[in-house]
Amino acid sequence: MEENLTVDRSRVPLGKEDFVSDQMVKWCPGCGDHAILSSLANVFPKIGYRKENFCVVSGIGCSSRFPYYVNTYGFHGIHGRANAIATGVKIANPHLSVWVATGDGDSMAIGGNHFIHIIRRNVDINIMLFNNQIYGLTKGQYSPTSPMGSVTKTSPQGTIEHPFNPGELVLGAQGTFFARAVDTNPKLMTEIMFEAAKHDGTSVVEILQNCVIFNEGCHTTITSKESRDDNQIILKNGEPMIFGKNKEKGIVLKPHGLAVVTLGQDGITEQDLLVHDQYSQDPGIHLMLAKMAPPYFPIALGVIRSALFFTYDDLVEEQINRSKANTTIKNVDDLLNSGDTWEIK
Amino acid sequence: MTQKKNKVVTKEDVVVKFVGDSGDGMQLTGNLFSDTAALEGNDLANFPDYPAEIRGPHNTVAGVSGFQVHIGKKVYSSGDLCDVLVAMNPASLKANLKWAKKGGTIITDLDAYDEKAIEKSGYKSNPLEDNTLQGYNLIKAPIATLTKDALKDLGLDVKTAEKSRNMFALGMMYFMFNWDQKIAFDFFAKKFKKKPELIQSNKLALQAGYNYAETVEAISVTYSIPSATLEKGRYRNLSGNVATAWGFLAASERSGRPLFLGSYPITPATEILMELAKHKSLGAKVFQAEDEIAGICSAIGASFAGAMALTTTSGPGLSLKSEAIGLAVMTELPLVIVDVQRGGPSTGLPTKSEQSDLMQALYGRNGECPVLIIAAQSPSDCFISAYEAAKLSMEHMTPAILLTDGYIGQGSELFKIPKVADLPKITPPIAAPNDMDYKPFKRDPKTLVRKWALPGTEGLRHRVGGLEKENISGNVSMSPENHQLMTDLRYNKVMKIADNLPEQQVFGADENELLVVSWGGTYGAVHTAVEEMINENMPVSHAHFRYIMPLPKNTEKLLGKYKKIVVPELNSGQFVNYLRMTFPQYKYSQFNKVQGLPFNVSELKDAFNKIIKEK
Repeated sequence: MEENLTVDRSRVPLGKEDFVSDQMVKWCPGCGDHAILSSLANVFPKIGYRKENFCVVSGIGCSSRFPYYVNTYGFHGIHGRANAIATGVKIANPHLSVWVATGDGDSMAIGGNHFIHIIRRNVDINIMLFNNQIYGLTKGQYSPTSPMGSVTKTSPQGTIEHPFNPGELVLGAQGTFFARAVDTNPKLMTEIMFEAAKHDGTSVVEILQNCVIFNEGCHTTITSKESRDDNQIILKNGEPMIFGKNKEKGIVLKPHGLAVVTLGQDGITEQDLLVHDQYSQDPGIHLMLAKMAPPYFPIALGVIRSALFFTYDDLVEEQINRSKANTTIKNVDDLLNSGDTWEIK
Repeated sequence: MTQKKNKVVTKEDVVVKFVGDSGDGMQLTGNLFSDTAALEGNDLANFPDYPAEIRGPHNTVAGVSGFQVHIGKKVYSSGDLCDVLVAMNPASLKANLKWAKKGGTIITDLDAYDEKAIEKSGYKSNPLEDNTLQGYNLIKAPIATLTKDALKDLGLDVKTAEKSRNMFALGMMYFMFNWDQKIAFDFFAKKFKKKPELIQSNKLALQAGYNYAETVEAISVTYSIPSATLEKGRYRNLSGNVATAWGFLAASERSGRPLFLGSYPITPATEILMELAKHKSLGAKVFQAEDEIAGICSAIGASFAGAMALTTTSGPGLSLKSEAIGLAVMTELPLVIVDVQRGGPSTGLPTKSEQSDLMQALYGRNGECPVLIIAAQSPSDCFISAYEAAKLSMEHMTPAILLTDGYIGQGSELFKIPKVADLPKITPPIAAPNDMDYKPFKRDPKTLVRKWALPGTEGLRHRVGGLEKENISGNVSMSPENHQLMTDLRYNKVMKIADNLPEQQVFGADENELLVVSWGGTYGAVHTAVEEMINENMPVSHAHFRYIMPLPKNTEKLLGKYKKIVVPELNSGQFVNYLRMTFPQYKYSQFNKVQGLPFNVSELKDAFNKIIKEK
């Protein structure tokens, strides 16, 4: 990553305690959000910015209470609009490290438009997308990520609509960074958030998060001790894609797409496996990885894509600087008197 | 200038309207006509009148585009009926004849009246040959033929040559007003720098039109208009939307707060977005958002981060922004929302003007949600209105809605150029680093204004949001007493802005039989009507409101000094009902028009005279 020279670095080392707010955390006991909060409070001091240079923005939903629980500049917006609000914050002050806390309702449904456009523009903002596949704050209606057939309070016979895969949406919108974490693995989550912070551009971290009240166990296949090793793969840049309880399985690229193989079977060795390249400009394999899901594939965790591209906020500054250097209109008086004017005596 | 044989008539003011197909270049012609009038020393106001379609069907009434210019010694509006109608084809004549004064001059292109064009225009027979134009001074000029002749040596294709017809017509106008053709030639040289062949073709066409008018004596009467009686100073021609953009640039420079505009294109407000996008060199950050909601939400984010934040729109966009305006009210952040009103409801009449968003601006949100509302009265007035909206919004930490309309936004008039240093100072209440006393919702006891703590500032980390917050601390609070308190504080904060506003002025006598109360873009027509009536010794005065919320402090007392009050509005009675609700002790008459058109002076005078006569 290129060092962003405009950033004010903290003169003193910071710790987690610097970011703990005095507000009582009101999420349900056992909610996955607690782990996310803790991970982010661990990441902020590592980033190295002055503590005044963090800004957390949210929309509406359980996830969106987040700004109250971290001691930074914070803005709790309205439903679906966190990404639009954050865009304004970042353009107005590009020196800030801007974080968005949002959910599958906030960013996939009511705020879907802002979500795809912030990604398309590549504004340098870190989006934490809490995906619990349910509307929690309104007490249990299906969301755009609820699997087909989900029985909820508004789909007593099961949903009849296709869910979004957030990763697919991010890459379809030309996203430059997409990573996936689970709330049960705070260590991995912290690493991923740090990677997101380092990325210049819009970073989307999908966090598979459990709603203990309205969607308990929605991610169990992926997160339970018994099944997780066979149903998740943690991607590491430059390393072959290996998973399974005994590290016996791997991912290969075949002409028609990805496939799961067993090492040692049919002469397959580690050399045959796909090696993860998160920095690849071509999103083709990243898309295949983002779409992998049980039962035929493990779900991909870790940084799936982290491609280098110019950011919107940098280009804004660049255009302003270039215009300032190339103009004869240096102030508003110049502007008012430009063009055809005449004196009345 | 050459000696003229023609009769020269001196006139205080003249209204000229150029109309043609939407591809005929009427907007350019009208603009050049305006600029010339200004350079020749006239006061002016103009208004482009174009269809919602970019290029409507050729030769039909739906495709007619127009541009009206009012020039004179002193003018307040783009005028009612025109003295001179320049119609480039039968359809434009058909659509606009009703706006021509009886006995006025009509100049039209004889070559455009073939059978097909006449039929498409909806005329049953050729209006130049039947008695349709009886009572008008009709000038039939073979404009297309003569233009082609004039340009024949340039070797242009037929289409390009035909496109210069508008300049032939303008040349005739130059003759009619005894204007110096060099003004137009200079304009062509600048405008077509990159297409030199157009400099020559336009010049030849204009000259040909001028010479035609002079030699064939088609125009028997030429006009001389006394120079404008304007204050000393430097002037320019300025449209309302550009004036709005410039007012904001001035406010940004004067306040030291960088300008941020989050906006989505919408007629008739888009010019503000386009104009500000040109001025990155002045530090303007202009964000064309994915929709109206993102426009305002990005502006709210920018305001939180310390920018002078703006969003610009028209009625449908204001509807979409309603929820977010509530967020700005709740977070008590400065933000200016510009609504260039158009005909509604829904998509309505995008290119026409109305004053029908007033109630939406006042009340169109959930909850008790007061905002500052200012209304601009004329194109040039948009400059200071925008400046003032930004100033008051920042100084009082409240969103402000600036109401203009399509008529003044797209119309233009002379603008006296101020010096930025002479504009009122702007002092946003920015919290100092490490202010130990800082609490997000602690207020100045006099103004009830909270401080603006900018992210990045040491020692001021805090959170704001759309949930109700506890007084002073800003923590989320669902307490009933606190909600009442905060509701009252937010309302009183906006009402206290009136302490800093000038008193409402009255034109005419302080006590009188009739007070005409108007607001916003109807100023020109209403003022002209009242002025004429005062000259006719009618007992009438005029109060034109720019501050809608809060109203100036003397409003209640002032209204009580008149026996009758009438409120003319381009809606069904929104301001009058606001006044009825606010000051129910008075009786109000109303005069309303919802046709997408501005008021005519004559219809206003008729209405006011009738009310005066009523017992």
